[in-house]
Amino acid sequence: MALLQIAEPGLSAAPHQHRLAVGIDLGTTNSLVATVRNGISTVLNDIDGCAMLPSVVRYAADGSVQIGQTAQAMQVDDPHNTIVSVKRFMGRGLKDVGEVGNLPYRFVDAPGMLQLRTSAGVKSPVEVSAEILKVLRERAELSLGGELVGAVITVPAYFDDAQRQATKDAAKLAGINVMRLLNEPTAAAIAYGLDNAAEGVYAVFDLGGGTFDISILKLSQGVFEVLATNGDSALGGDDFDHRIYCGVLEKAGLSALNVHDTRLLLTHARAAKEQLTDYPQTQFTAVLSSGELVDLSLTREAFHEMTQNLVARTLQATRRALRDAKLKVSDIKGVVMVGGSTRMPQVQHAVGEFFGQAPLNNLDPDKVVALGAAIQANVLAGNRSGDDWLLLDVIPLSLGLETMGGLVEKVIPRNSTIPSARAQEFTTYKDGQTAMSIHVVQGERELVSDCRSLARFELRGIPAMVAGSARIRVTFQVDADGLLSVSAREMASGIESSIVVKPSYGLSDEEITRMLQDSTQHARDDMVARALREQQTEAAQLLEAVDNALQQDGDTLLDADAQALIRASMDALRAVIAGSDHPAIKRAVEALNLATTEFAQRRMDQSVKRALAGHKLSDLEG
Amino acid sequence: MDMRSADFQQDFFSLFNLPTRYQIDSIALEQSFLALQAKVHPDKSSHLSEAERRLSMQWATRVNEGYQTLRNPLDRARYLLSLQGVHTLEDSNTAMPVDFLMQQMEWREALEESKQTKDISALEELEQHVQHEVSILQQQLAADIDDTRDYAAASGIVRKLKFLEKLAEEIGSAFDELDT
Repeated sequence: MALLQIAEPGLSAAPHQHRLAVGIDLGTTNSLVATVRNGISTVLNDIDGCAMLPSVVRYAADGSVQIGQTAQAMQVDDPHNTIVSVKRFMGRGLKDVGEVGNLPYRFVDAPGMLQLRTSAGVKSPVEVSAEILKVLRERAELSLGGELVGAVITVPAYFDDAQRQATKDAAKLAGINVMRLLNEPTAAAIAYGLDNAAEGVYAVFDLGGGTFDISILKLSQGVFEVLATNGDSALGGDDFDHRIYCGVLEKAGLSALNVHDTRLLLTHARAAKEQLTDYPQTQFTAVLSSGELVDLSLTREAFHEMTQNLVARTLQATRRALRDAKLKVSDIKGVVMVGGSTRMPQVQHAVGEFFGQAPLNNLDPDKVVALGAAIQANVLAGNRSGDDWLLLDVIPLSLGLETMGGLVEKVIPRNSTIPSARAQEFTTYKDGQTAMSIHVVQGERELVSDCRSLARFELRGIPAMVAGSARIRVTFQVDADGLLSVSAREMASGIESSIVVKPSYGLSDEEITRMLQDSTQHARDDMVARALREQQTEAAQLLEAVDNALQQDGDTLLDADAQALIRASMDALRAVIAGSDHPAIKRAVEALNLATTEFAQRRMDQSVKRALAGHKLSDLEG
Repeated sequence: MDMRSADFQQDFFSLFNLPTRYQIDSIALEQSFLALQAKVHPDKSSHLSEAERRLSMQWATRVNEGYQTLRNPLDRARYLLSLQGVHTLEDSNTAMPVDFLMQQMEWREALEESKQTKDISALEELEQHVQHEVSILQQQLAADIDDTRDYAAASGIVRKLKFLEKLAEEIGSAFDELDT
């Protein structure tokens, strides 16, 4: 088919050119970025040839920010200002973070999410994560030679709505267009499944630096269907380090260490853990700031014993996932191991014993998530049709509402395939009640106080009626990123009032803008230029998409007048796209979107009909 | 040529190209589901216009809802009855045959007891009993809806199954509790 070329000068993403898209694994301990080049998913290295960026950020007193290796090297010397494992704080309040006393940070409690006081001021975990993401974005743009169209960012499957929203905010702050939040075990399954042409039901056991996920997936003919997921978003390699640390304190009779010594011993604990993967015994040697020498030997057996209940927690979650999937251990064809912490022999052994088969370790557990995310990013950017595979994921935790007596009414149950929506009707409790307070929660427990509070909002203006006669319909919508939005509407009166809420812990667009301005005060012009380029890129993509759609279906689905109207909107957009009038481009994009709404509907209808028409044939044959 | 409309309002059976019956071909259902998602899933339209992305999300949501409804026997029965204008009145009509209620009480006592004694095998046994009762009721449901079209009787069975579904959920939570 002949394609009309719409090349506009100065645009980074010219039509039909390979669009630069990456997958990012924003890990607790290390982060990676990968892309698909020449059809092969590849991790991108930094200029020194390192693939893994330590997820460590240091805010130095002089205002400079160090990220990665250089920051990691300073974690013992400058523990207050060197933030490690920030992922554990994403979307978390102070009370959610256990063992705060052992962490060398100056926490600030803030509504929704804790903050950290550093020499560069108070920082939100979102800002810290954004620093890591910025380095990866810059690495990718340098290595690929252009601006990114977007990225797929991975999150633990068991991340709740608050943690997902925080991750998306961090990406926004880092100037990254998030095409999708993808669950880490699902990303790994894509990389593994496509690589091995796997068919059947697989378990992905993903134990990272700070999070644990278990996902059960059915792989068949290019479909990756998540049947169930479970996990613990505060269980990972860090906890194994912490057990060693506690063991050392006890054995050496130490207590009340200062922050330097705490960080020093935690760092040594991690090294000891890694040693014990390869050797039956290791020596734990450190000199405290007082000059006191800590010198202990640690055996693998002792390490296994002190961490056995951590391993047991992973198996407990695994049993729950299997039960939710209504499957038995014998139904699982293979167990894919993901995350650096699965290198520990006791984890390998426990998983092998549980499933009655040797776990699959043939992909690098540190890289497989980023590689899978890159494959997904390549499809979402439109570089490949993606017709040959389909990804169906689920939400990890039930979503519900508070009802009378502090009880939870589940609206969308865990392991529902996303995107998902469900409406529930409620009524008034008192005569003449004109407002209703709606409290959205996430979790499996019956009591509101045992679940995570996501958002509260009030529906006002309900017409005064007798108790029980108002009909309030509350609709939950979970999108393909696993993110929730809620709307409510009074039905009985015919007067509809509707509100859409974003969960309250999420940063508002204004807050993100402020953070952007704070962090790049000197680079404001760059920001404006970047925003313009992004708008131009989006406009160019839209023009291309509409043009393709018109060529495919314009003559069959639209009459000449309707086509002419769309073409006129396209011309209007083309007339402004190369200029610097950002609002004008935005308006023209919106106008074109509006002009194509009906056309898009017809195309979707046609596509749905075709899906089943083709299917009917195969039914007859079968 | 397929003349059916892909209207957003069409019922789930038409959407999945299945006859409007309680007894369905679950493999055909799954194949229709995958064929539809392969077209409408948001991953297929992320590089398209905003209008197409929004529609894709609405369609994918609807296809998931339909699949969930038709796949789950209780939801499917409830949905079929609602298409016939029959409401199962699960919240308001709590009248149950005495023998059914007695059985429920017995099972609930067994559940409490196995929770207290932390007896996993008793819990597994109870789960099997409940599962057996569920499958008997599902067979009756099939006969009432598909053969005799006795929707009043079918509604009664839906109400019973709702009880059993709750019990099964509680058994599931008990397994989780014992596993901590």
